Amino acid sequence: MKFGVIVFPGSNCDLDSYFLVRDILRQPVEYIYYYEESIKQCDAIILPGGFTYGDYLRSGAIARFSPVMSAVADFADRGGAVLGICNGFQVLTEAGLLPGALYRNDHLQFRCEQVYVRVENNSLPFTRSASLGKVLEIPVAHGDGNYYAPPELLREMKANNQVVFRYTDRDGNVTEGANPNGSVENIAGVCNREGNVVGMMPHPERAGEKILGSKHGLIIFKSIISYFLNREVV
Amino acid sequence: MAEQQVWRKLGLTDREYDMIVEQVGREPNEAELNMYSVMWSEHCCYKHSLSSLKLFPTTGKRVIQGPGENAGVVDIGGGWSAVFKIESHNHPSAVEPYQGAATGVGGILRDIFTMGAQPVAFLNSLRFGNPDSARNRYLFDGVVAGIGGYGNCVGIPTVGGEIYFEPCYGGNPLVNAMCVGVMPTERLVLGKATGEGNLVVLVGARTGRDGIHGVTFASEELSEKSEERRPAVQVGDPFLGKLLMDATLEAIEKKLVCGVQDFGGAGLTCALTETASRAGTGIEIDLDLVPLREEGMHPYEILTSESQERMLLIIEPEKLAAVEEVFRRWELQLAVLGKVTGDGRVVARHHGAVVVDLPAASVAGGAPVYNPESREPEYFSRLAGFDPLTLPPPEDYNKTLLDLLSAPDIASKEWVWRRYDYMVRTCTVQGPGGDAAVIRLRETGQALALTVDGNGRHTYLDPYRGGMMAVAEATRNLSCTGAEPIGVTDCLNFGSPENPEIYWQFRQAVEGMAAACRALDVPVVGGNVSFYNEVEGEAIYPTPVVGAVGLIESPQQQCGLALRREKDLLLLLGPRETSLGGSQYLKSCCGKVAGSLAELDLVMEHRVQALLRSLIGRGLIASAHDLSDGGLAVALAECCLGGGLGAEVNLAQADSPLPAMFGEGPSRILMSVGPENQAAVVEAAGEAGVKICEIGAVTGDALIICHGGDIILKLKLSAMKKAYEEVFSCIME
Amino acid sequence: MKKAVLDPQGVAVENSLKALGYDQVRSVRVGKYIELTLEAPGREEAAARVEEMSRRLLSNPVIEDFSYTLQEDAV
Repeated sequence: MKFGVIVFPGSNCDLDSYFLVRDILRQPVEYIYYYEESIKQCDAIILPGGFTYGDYLRSGAIARFSPVMSAVADFADRGGAVLGICNGFQVLTEAGLLPGALYRNDHLQFRCEQVYVRVENNSLPFTRSASLGKVLEIPVAHGDGNYYAPPELLREMKANNQVVFRYTDRDGNVTEGANPNGSVENIAGVCNREGNVVGMMPHPERAGEKILGSKHGLIIFKSIISYFLNREVV
Repeated sequence: MAEQQVWRKLGLTDREYDMIVEQVGREPNEAELNMYSVMWSEHCCYKHSLSSLKLFPTTGKRVIQGPGENAGVVDIGGGWSAVFKIESHNHPSAVEPYQGAATGVGGILRDIFTMGAQPVAFLNSLRFGNPDSARNRYLFDGVVAGIGGYGNCVGIPTVGGEIYFEPCYGGNPLVNAMCVGVMPTERLVLGKATGEGNLVVLVGARTGRDGIHGVTFASEELSEKSEERRPAVQVGDPFLGKLLMDATLEAIEKKLVCGVQDFGGAGLTCALTETASRAGTGIEIDLDLVPLREEGMHPYEILTSESQERMLLIIEPEKLAAVEEVFRRWELQLAVLGKVTGDGRVVARHHGAVVVDLPAASVAGGAPVYNPESREPEYFSRLAGFDPLTLPPPEDYNKTLLDLLSAPDIASKEWVWRRYDYMVRTCTVQGPGGDAAVIRLRETGQALALTVDGNGRHTYLDPYRGGMMAVAEATRNLSCTGAEPIGVTDCLNFGSPENPEIYWQFRQAVEGMAAACRALDVPVVGGNVSFYNEVEGEAIYPTPVVGAVGLIESPQQQCGLALRREKDLLLLLGPRETSLGGSQYLKSCCGKVAGSLAELDLVMEHRVQALLRSLIGRGLIASAHDLSDGGLAVALAECCLGGGLGAEVNLAQADSPLPAMFGEGPSRILMSVGPENQAAVVEAAGEAGVKICEIGAVTGDALIICHGGDIILKLKLSAMKKAYEEVFSCIME
Repeated sequence: MKKAVLDPQGVAVENSLKALGYDQVRSVRVGKYIELTLEAPGREEAAARVEEMSRRLLSNPVIEDFSYTLQEDAV
């Protein structure tokens, strides 16, 4: 299978995803630039972290109008696997491909640290290799990671099992202290109704090697690889 | 006649003005005089420091480019180089902390990629007044936010730094930013306007009135009026900075440019005259072609504006289209301003008329070099004569250690560095909080260790020894990770050099640093001098800051400070002598800054560091930590907290517990070693002629220190952790 | 920011105003102020364009409300 990593002006975690897929997972991967109108022959698309267009109006607000985003929307409509990490998650919510919105951390500061997230839905292409309730140690690094969805939308999302990750303590308990940004119900990641588009604030691509502190992020990439392997067999 | 002495208002002396007239061969016009004013300011021409800076060793087997360019370049083998520099942004940060710090980071970033190197890490060294004042907290918070605001957005990790608080920095905080990059050495591009007929091209932000005369601002004392200088502070645009970085690096990689220079202090004036004078060429440009942000800008404003995020490129005409294509990918436009000439003159036209016609070498390099008067300050021998042992010893060592762990100088700075993205690029093997940061290099399989160090209090008490110690400590911190020091960059923060006592401090400090660099075999490959750090005649402590870079051949071999295993032995490597003079204990617990510093034997320092690196390379030790502020007791606490393990220590060999626990002295390392390796480690130390002493073992969940058969200190990890980690969130939130 | 959404900047400003002694402050909401100049044949057309821009890019309807005023410039 082949990964595509979207590069917007101001993306800065593009190379981290690229190197992880190429050097650790040893899968084909290529960059897709913001001005391109097709997403080539990729099986899974990653929207990386960064500060697209400086995040000057709102995080992700300008990037969603890049030419490549129509191609991403088409790809998602056709059931393609799309993962938005950090700023990529913000772009996907701004583009309406994921529900809710991400705004300023409640403490108003940028926050870079290791956190724990619990897998709340393991039936997705991006989480199928993880056990339900598995606690992953993955870093966050963001200023606008405070997830919000109005109550009625949140109810609907929960009914559809669209909450994918929650911030927890090391033992998997959802606590206020484990929430790095004030997100509603400690939500760290969500998916669309169909489950093929996932957005998460934590950076799994930064947790792919022991020398960097954690390998827990790999399970997300391994899930998608196994999903495609199995699909190809079928 | 007052009209004719306009140069004085621009910060030039009568004698300097006469020199200008002589070098130009006529009276300069307004625009020309402004160009001289900024280029002959202390910030640009180092007129008071140049004669001392010559003392630094600047060559060595690894040095590819020493001082004088945008950054230093050091060979790391395999055809690759490390490129680094540190620079101050003190004055701008004093009046507008967020933008002052942000543009400091942006400026040092451009210095690195201008050379062709991919930036891989930022570090910074900060000094503020005591955080109990709201103003100091505002400056501190703003500077931290500004560093994060720029660094996080451009996607280069901020991996290390240091922060100290002293009343003397209250009106004049220090913000020194360092950037490190790597590149294949053959890619090196210099800031030279080579090749007659080549195009002179500007790329990046439009030019506005921001930052006009920023360098003259940096070359005078701060005063009440400095707040009114706010318009002089530039505003950073990290988004544009990142696009410029990526596009410039691509153009350099494709060999499309022959010279690159960033716009730093003194804007277009500096970029034009320095690139021409370095290449021995001239430049002719049309100011009407500079894209402007504001209407009606005067030629001198266009020439001296310090608008951020601008680069000057020297391009062969036939490559222009290819360069344009590279920059267009990121929606950046080039402006061709003019061309390189052969006559050594910088000529600028405006609305068809020649408004500037000056010899480039005179503007960029014709400033006078001063040998300022020097005098030992009155305080020096008085404070050195103070004996700390005349003070009553503490009654409760537990309280002393907790007080020190919660002193803002020592306490964990996690509150600060978690606001910096220190992991982006996924190369950060050791982030902030250790002796040095470690960054792996994907391309070569090696790693770089990085640190910044300086201790203004030490340098105040003894400028010569303080200067030596800054270099020794920086390189020692690198050695603690297993890295071989390969070069340093320095930022020299002092008061006014026109004051003989300040100049004495400066000269002594530089002499001490130079001696240490020679003895430890590390060249100085670049840096920056920041004078006039004073408010109403009150100067800061003399504060030389050393940024040091070390090389680790294999990242697997690197070492950290955290204790790793129960039952490991604790060994103290290096001399036993310490001093409470100038110590953190004396400052934080007794409220005194006085006494003489412990001696620094540079030969021993060199031996200790070499031995330490060899022990780490052989895999014989589990952890290593430099004994620094707060002495052995604080180092023990930091190693315990880092590993979540306790320790039992016996100070059997010390006569008196106070200097043994809290005295400070150079060349000392606390190591933890598995019992199976103890014999080999002790033997190696013996062969190297370095003292080694077993002081205890890793055990339990508390730090216990015994002396003369009694437990004199016993603290649970949880109590130390609370003291060490909660200070800044309490002070700042 | 919509009323229902916690506004962390507003809370911070409110707290510091109270710390400065402005006890009469009941609540603070921090928003964005955007000034834009556009050409349009008349007020109605201008309003329609601004409305559309605000919905598509300038605001995020999940968390933000917007309002605008028009001011005519003599050409």
